[in-house]
Amino acid sequence: MSAAKIQLSEIRFKVNGVERSATVPPMKRLLDVLREDFELTGVKEGCGEGECGSCSVLLDGVLVNSCLVPALQASGCEVLTVEGLATNGELAHIQRTFLELGGTQCGICTPGMMLAAESLLRKNPHPDLDAIREGLAGNLCRCTGYMRIIDAVKNAIQEPILAADLAPEETVHK
Amino acid sequence: MRDATPTRIIGTPALRKEGFGKVTGAARYIDDIVLPGMWHGATVRSSIARGAIKDIRFGAGINWDEFVIVTAKDIPGANCIPLIVDNDQPVLAEARVNHPEEPVVLLAHPDKARLHEAVVAVEIDYDPLPALFTIEESERQQTIVWGEDNVIKYFLVEKGDVDSAWQSAAHIVSGKYRTGAQEQLYIENNGVIAEWSETDGLIIRGSMQCPYYVHKALLRVFDLPAEKVRVIQAETGGAFGGKEDYPSLIAAHAGLLALKAGHPVKIIYDREEDLAATTKRHPSRTRYRTAVDKDGHLLAMDIQVDLDGGAYATVSPTVLSRATIHSAGPYLCENIRVRSHAWATNVPPHGAFRGFGSPQTIFGIERHMDQIAKAVGISPEEVRRRNFLAQGNATATGQLIRDPIDLRGMMDRALKVSDYHAKRARFARENATSSAIKHGMGIASFMHGAGFTGSGERYLNSLVGLEADASGHLTVLVSSTEFGQGTNTMLSQVVAEALGLSCEDVSIAQPDTNRVPNSGPTVASRTTMIVGRLVHDAALALAGILREKNLLSEEFSADEFRAACAAYTAQFGALRSEARYQPPKDIFWDDAKYQGDAYPAFAWAVYVAEVAVDMRTYAAEVVNFYTVQEVGRVMNPVLAAGQIEGGVAQGVGYALYEKVVWKDGRMSNNQMTNYIMPTAADVPNIEVYFEEMPCAHGPYGAKGLGELPHDGPAPAILNAIQDATGISFTAIPLLPEDMFLRMAEAPEPECLETVGSAKGPE
Amino acid sequence: MRSNVSEYEFIAPGSLDAVLALLSAEPGAWTPMAGGTELMVALGAGRLEQRKLVSLWGIGELRGITASADWLTIGAGATYTDIRENAAIAKEFPLLARSASWTGAIANQNRGTLGGNIVNASPAADSPPVLLVYEAEIELVSAQGTRRMNYSEFHLGYKRTVLRPQELVMAVHLPRGHRLPVEYLRKVGMRNAMAISKVALAGVGAMQSGKVQTVRIAAASLRETPARLSVTEGVLLGHALTSDRIQAARKALLQEVKPIDDLRSTANYRAHVAANLLEEFLNQMAASES
Repeated sequence: MSAAKIQLSEIRFKVNGVERSATVPPMKRLLDVLREDFELTGVKEGCGEGECGSCSVLLDGVLVNSCLVPALQASGCEVLTVEGLATNGELAHIQRTFLELGGTQCGICTPGMMLAAESLLRKNPHPDLDAIREGLAGNLCRCTGYMRIIDAVKNAIQEPILAADLAPEETVHK
Repeated sequence: MRDATPTRIIGTPALRKEGFGKVTGAARYIDDIVLPGMWHGATVRSSIARGAIKDIRFGAGINWDEFVIVTAKDIPGANCIPLIVDNDQPVLAEARVNHPEEPVVLLAHPDKARLHEAVVAVEIDYDPLPALFTIEESERQQTIVWGEDNVIKYFLVEKGDVDSAWQSAAHIVSGKYRTGAQEQLYIENNGVIAEWSETDGLIIRGSMQCPYYVHKALLRVFDLPAEKVRVIQAETGGAFGGKEDYPSLIAAHAGLLALKAGHPVKIIYDREEDLAATTKRHPSRTRYRTAVDKDGHLLAMDIQVDLDGGAYATVSPTVLSRATIHSAGPYLCENIRVRSHAWATNVPPHGAFRGFGSPQTIFGIERHMDQIAKAVGISPEEVRRRNFLAQGNATATGQLIRDPIDLRGMMDRALKVSDYHAKRARFARENATSSAIKHGMGIASFMHGAGFTGSGERYLNSLVGLEADASGHLTVLVSSTEFGQGTNTMLSQVVAEALGLSCEDVSIAQPDTNRVPNSGPTVASRTTMIVGRLVHDAALALAGILREKNLLSEEFSADEFRAACAAYTAQFGALRSEARYQPPKDIFWDDAKYQGDAYPAFAWAVYVAEVAVDMRTYAAEVVNFYTVQEVGRVMNPVLAAGQIEGGVAQGVGYALYEKVVWKDGRMSNNQMTNYIMPTAADVPNIEVYFEEMPCAHGPYGAKGLGELPHDGPAPAILNAIQDATGISFTAIPLLPEDMFLRMAEAPEPECLETVGSAKGPE
Repeated sequence: MRSNVSEYEFIAPGSLDAVLALLSAEPGAWTPMAGGTELMVALGAGRLEQRKLVSLWGIGELRGITASADWLTIGAGATYTDIRENAAIAKEFPLLARSASWTGAIANQNRGTLGGNIVNASPAADSPPVLLVYEAEIELVSAQGTRRMNYSEFHLGYKRTVLRPQELVMAVHLPRGHRLPVEYLRKVGMRNAMAISKVALAGVGAMQSGKVQTVRIAAASLRETPARLSVTEGVLLGHALTSDRIQAARKALLQEVKPIDDLRSTANYRAHVAANLLEEFLNQMAASES
């Protein structure tokens, strides 16, 4: 027999700049609140154990795995999901570089990956290659081998870096 | 068409067609879709590897009236998923289970949160039977778990006269190599939504590669006519072969629940379930016995290939076929014998994964070539150079290489871009003094056949359609699916190029069996070469229709094309063309003898790995990875390079990280925290170099390249580790714990060398 | 998602006093949850037995990192990111900043807390060996008051600690001004990031006149708790680091540790790699006095 139902909590927080509220069990995962209560299906579930990063969102500007955040702890916070990256239909810089440089293939890791990149660049506007790899290490991608994702992040840096280690080049037979 | 004529759109980095939705989060994968009145489904699975089902009990504490329960008795048609061997894999186990995690009971409920508790409350009693878990256990044939003899499939391929060569050999080199199971690990788990109505029949939406495979399976399971089953592919978050046949099973499950519940039913696997229950790459054991002359030329190869197929046949016969054909590598050898078996065991059936048998045997042959080099006393580079196939030579199946190939030139390039010689010299010096980290370089050279093997494409008989509306906007109708590899973009480019339009003028219809014809499954590196070619032909045919009505001249501008479409549709209605696969006239294949033209075309490659081995932690890491491949024509450099880089990363995982830990036939490390794939902090720097020798069969000369990049990394990496440490490791995944066991004692060569005619075949 | 979240009570009283009052009133009934990086995984897997949880997230008294003359105090609620970004820790206790950077990846570090990690008491945890070699003290708090002890006394056995049902970890205190010239830390995982440790070794020490004056060595995943390798230390203290002495220390370590075979690694591998890490550390020690 299922245990007696507990009292629901009314969680108020800001999602992509908009005040929202949801009346949910307090242990409901933020991931599920976003996907089910707000239909923000851009936030994905890949593992449910905080390993793959597909569910990454920014919570008060900080990168978190939303599958591991209970709704109650998001109360009063600001959440940024992939749906909040573009402004007035204009893609964010990171979205454009992902699109143009092959940073997305099947696309399932892309929302979380872009938010991880966004989080990295906000903290460290000029990351070197090691810092980029570290910043993305919590977001698994099975399609790209990460090369073009790293490229996309490098190109999203506002000023070009003059680093010695550049992205791999491919050449087509002449 | 065999030409490298300048193109406007082919060869350019056209933007990913469905990319905008992917970067905005608008793309809708199956778990993002909610249908009105939808219920949720879950699967109760066997906890033992093999046995008779005695009893199924529904435990206390659950209000079972709230649930819809489905067992094998509820199946309207045949309780089987037909693939290659019929009446083998059941939809739901009835009297017997043959592997852990085998589906037995299905449950549905409106509230997803109630399902897990109910699944756990279903108790199944078994009479256990002896089970087999390895190739060795199966081939002993003491316990028979499949057919008469546990053999799912057997091939014998013979070229020349192997047995005559041992006498004249200067060296006879033997080796045994092993590869483990590998999980595809698409980041989007398997999922399906099924709807049933009397009027429309069964409608399936899901994450999948092959809508028509699902369609065909459901006709049998539900005993329905073709028009009463509709299968639609949702945006799919990675597949790599793992969603080739398994979706048919989940679709059948969801369909059965929907039928009984009277509501749409969604089944989404969580990661633990997907890892434990769905298909993986076939584990393998390959044995090579090779006769070479004093200069290292291959005189004879006696090869044995053994795959672990798991409990049901599913795709094993075809995986074995590809493994067999690729087992002799890109080398010229007049005398070859390959004996290959796919053995049944009692683990969840193994299935398709990028490469589909060739990563297994290419691992074997490429590791073995390095042992041959050692025995003869020449370099790994030289042994390959002396044996490479050239134009005019014949492969193991007697296929004449008609197209020009330049493996020697490709190897030169690979060695140059990797700075192979200088690094190897430097490493040799440094390794002698450094006890902490040793470096090494390794080579792998290989090919991958594009398209279905032998008569497969003829059997598939693919059909594509193309429609144009009044404004001249084109819609491509194919069942070929996009799951990240770039199908949509490539096909748009083909049409745009053929008709002088832009990619924006072309759309790809969502693969929906009600709308699109069967262009075959999206597998076997066939989509660009086979389907792309058909789409190209359909584009030309559409222009032909307009010309026939005198609405278009030989040469035309984009505006003229649009005007012609407007005129045609106004006068004649729907504007549509088709193209059906025509087997090339010059391709011959003997299925019985397994001889002839195995594939319409091969892509060729030489890969170089640079590794660092930490002698304190016994951990190897790939530092740099260099890839040179000849693929006919690069349709889109960004997409093509992305395929190579992604395949290499998977190959790195296959070699060094990804281990399936088995316990009584079940994957015990079925969590992402314990099944280890490379992160952004683990992948090497990967460099991609393309060469193009246009092939007659593909559009604009293209061949297939999707699977090629997974074939080379593992042997290149282990060859590099041998270079660094002097130790030949012959099994993957090669974990630090495995390296430790060998390195903590004196290294012992795994390859045996006997001179002369000492023994017969192993 | 294998749990029914409707079956879980979760409250956030918001202040330390309120939480402690609850824990005292109903000892054992409520499970504290900070960042959730452990308990939410259990929830997702259908393994979270405890049905009543109380949130520690955001409680100010638990989160800060402060310095006094003699101690650097890290609140139990400090996240790994807090630890990584703290200038005093970077300067005076760099091994801790490093171990924090190796735990999970950025998203986990933003939510995982030092207190949560300590209370979870996994022998594989990354930071405890560092706390041991830095001779940290741990402070526990309940409605009845606080108690403080050497961190080395906190773990009793596999996933068992001295923490009483009504207690929380309040803070970890690191003694300032005792920095030793040689500091060593190495973690061996299954990959470069997002990896639970197979084995990790932390070491600090000083040489004097060619002999080992001070040495402290601690390890993860070599015993059922994070552990100081005191026997190995004993073999080294007061001796010159000759190759014989280093071999003797290796041998002592191999006898002192009791690693296990598990899903991630083997006992044999863990032990031998630990011995190699020890040797690496001792070579650093030997090279330090010049």
